[in-house]
Amino acid sequence: MPTETLPDLLTGLTLSAILFCLGLIGLLVRRNVIYLLMCVEICTNAAALAFVVAGAHWDSSDGQVMFIFIITLAAAEVAIALALVLQFFRRRHTVDIDQLNGLRG
Amino acid sequence: MQDFFAPFLAWIPLLPLLGFVLLIALPLFHLREPPEAVSAVVGVGSVCLSALLTLLIMWTLFLNNPSAVLQVSLWQWLKVGALQLGFDFYLDWLGMAMLLVVTGVGFLIHLYSAGYMHGDDGYRRYFAYLNLFVGAMLILVMADNLLLLYLGWEGVGLCSYLLIGFWYRNSANGDAARKAFIVTRIGDTAMLLGLILLFSQFGTLSIRALNTAAASAPANNLTVTLAALLLLGGAVGKSAQLPLQTWLPDAMAGPTPVSALIHAATMVTAGVYLIARMHPLFNASETAMSAVGIVGALTLLLAGFSAMVQSDIKRVLAYSTISQIGYMFLALGVGAWTGAIFHLMTHAFFKALLFLSAGSVILSLHHEQSLFSMGGLRRKLPFTFGCFAIGCASLAALPFTAGFYSKDQILLKAWEYQGGFNGIWFTGILGALITGFYSFRLLFLVFFGNDGPASAQCKDANNGVMTLPLSVLAVLALFGGLLTPPLQRVFTQAPAGHAPLWVEGVAIAAPILGLALAWLLFRHNTSPMESRGKSALEKLWFSGWGFDWLYHRLLVQPLTSLARINRNDILNSIYNGTAFICRQLHNLLSTSQNGLIRWYIASFTCGAIIFLALLVVL
Repeated sequence: MPTETLPDLLTGLTLSAILFCLGLIGLLVRRNVIYLLMCVEICTNAAALAFVVAGAHWDSSDGQVMFIFIITLAAAEVAIALALVLQFFRRRHTVDIDQLNGLRG
Repeated sequence: MQDFFAPFLAWIPLLPLLGFVLLIALPLFHLREPPEAVSAVVGVGSVCLSALLTLLIMWTLFLNNPSAVLQVSLWQWLKVGALQLGFDFYLDWLGMAMLLVVTGVGFLIHLYSAGYMHGDDGYRRYFAYLNLFVGAMLILVMADNLLLLYLGWEGVGLCSYLLIGFWYRNSANGDAARKAFIVTRIGDTAMLLGLILLFSQFGTLSIRALNTAAASAPANNLTVTLAALLLLGGAVGKSAQLPLQTWLPDAMAGPTPVSALIHAATMVTAGVYLIARMHPLFNASETAMSAVGIVGALTLLLAGFSAMVQSDIKRVLAYSTISQIGYMFLALGVGAWTGAIFHLMTHAFFKALLFLSAGSVILSLHHEQSLFSMGGLRRKLPFTFGCFAIGCASLAALPFTAGFYSKDQILLKAWEYQGGFNGIWFTGILGALITGFYSFRLLFLVFFGNDGPASAQCKDANNGVMTLPLSVLAVLALFGGLLTPPLQRVFTQAPAGHAPLWVEGVAIAAPILGLALAWLLFRHNTSPMESRGKSALEKLWFSGWGFDWLYHRLLVQPLTSLARINRNDILNSIYNGTAFICRQLHNLLSTSQNGLIRWYIASFTCGAIIFLALLVVL
């Protein structure tokens, strides 16, 4: 595939930043734990995208290696987080993250 | 012989101390209060053994040998740099005379107490304290260095406190105990300063070494004078002399035998003993000597006047004690060392007798102490009356009683003091007149005249263990004048010369005049002073010259008001302030820990943005 057809670095990183910000805004405004987990997922994937774009730019496979790492990490994270959410829901009968403030000072 | 007895010396104070430990530890084995008989046997027995040992040592070693000396070194007590102190005892005739008084009179009072305290809840505690007192007093008397003496000195102070407040459920007794402790503490502090001064000057605290050093010091050396005055401060506190005499009248709150033992016969004479023991030091300074004499003379008069108007039987005796110790100080001040110690001995006999018979009166009248409720008791308590009369005669120094001989020695020495008529001698004579007045006023009010309100319920409370000590003391108060301790080797003083005959005559006449005055007043005024109002002077005397009022205004009130101002310690506010600021900061920060994850994310984001912005800008 000719190099020119690939989106350049700036475009890729901008997309990644927009994705990350979307995830972050989601984290700040949503209260549903499930949505929060999805937002975290968006944030990690934005970071992963940045790795891939950078790897493509410097013609290196490191970016893709990092991407696989991040996918694995995200899978593990979701597995644990969902289990926690399940426990949370069983105990409190709610998924509102603001109810989860037992450690307030 | 001397080597044989030296080890036994330590047993004299050790026996009462063992008695104390045993009495305190008895409930550990019994799990409940032991019967009275056990406490009495341990308490009285230990002092009895100690007295017998003293008598034995006196008999075999001291009796025919005026320069006999016994000493024993038990162990090294302290060793700090140049300060080396041993637990050493030293006994010469001065100490022997004191030992005989402390163990002998002490034993009689213990015996009397066994009957007097019968039925009291604190029977065992009482004897434990009494034994501890005797032990501490014996250490005081036999100490070979000033710090060991100070140990005994503080020990008797502690026991005095414990025994004045013996009936602690009445808070007034606790107040009296605290007062005694704090007032004597002022004197003790002066004494401690004196010890430090002596050590820094002479590098030793051994009494004999100090005395030799002081005797060879240049006359009127400032340090010696200062040290002597500081020691006098200690003596003044312990012996209830001006200006620290206020604690003794209040100390009558304790049981009556305690007043007899501690506040009349033994402990309060510790100051006299201290000055007599350190007499070369005092001799080396004219200022200190005249200070001793003046303190004694003033106290003698002031306390005598107070004793004339008191309405409580024990308070009369308390003021008379202060007054008589004033005589001893007067004697010390004019250099009549032998006379002072002799008067100390006879005073111990007749004052113990007076207090114990007063105790019998009080017990017979069901703890009534007001003189004006008594009267006519000679018919109901003939034995007590006899003892009391002997005590009063001896106190007033009527001719041929024990008190006469000792007081006569003092007055003769006072006459010679400045080679003829002088203020000190005149004070002594005036004091003798006053003594005659108040002692017989006391006797008349209690035993003569019509029955008082309390006399009707009188029931003779004397029993065997109480009459025996009374009889022995009565004999001693009458004939104790024959028991002159041979002190000529301890005190190098010129033998008393011959005063004009009229001086002798005045000394004999003064107490008799006092007696006559008391009789006249009593005849013309069968219910004196209670019915009519008191004049201002009588009120002043009654309150002990207003010293309590003065000290309350001058010392106690400023202190309490300062304490009130500084209730929340001003210095403490520094630390409290630090704690307060920390707590506020902590509260501020802990509000940020609100438990909301989204809040944390927001702050995290803000932080990251600020950080990135800084990175870009810089």
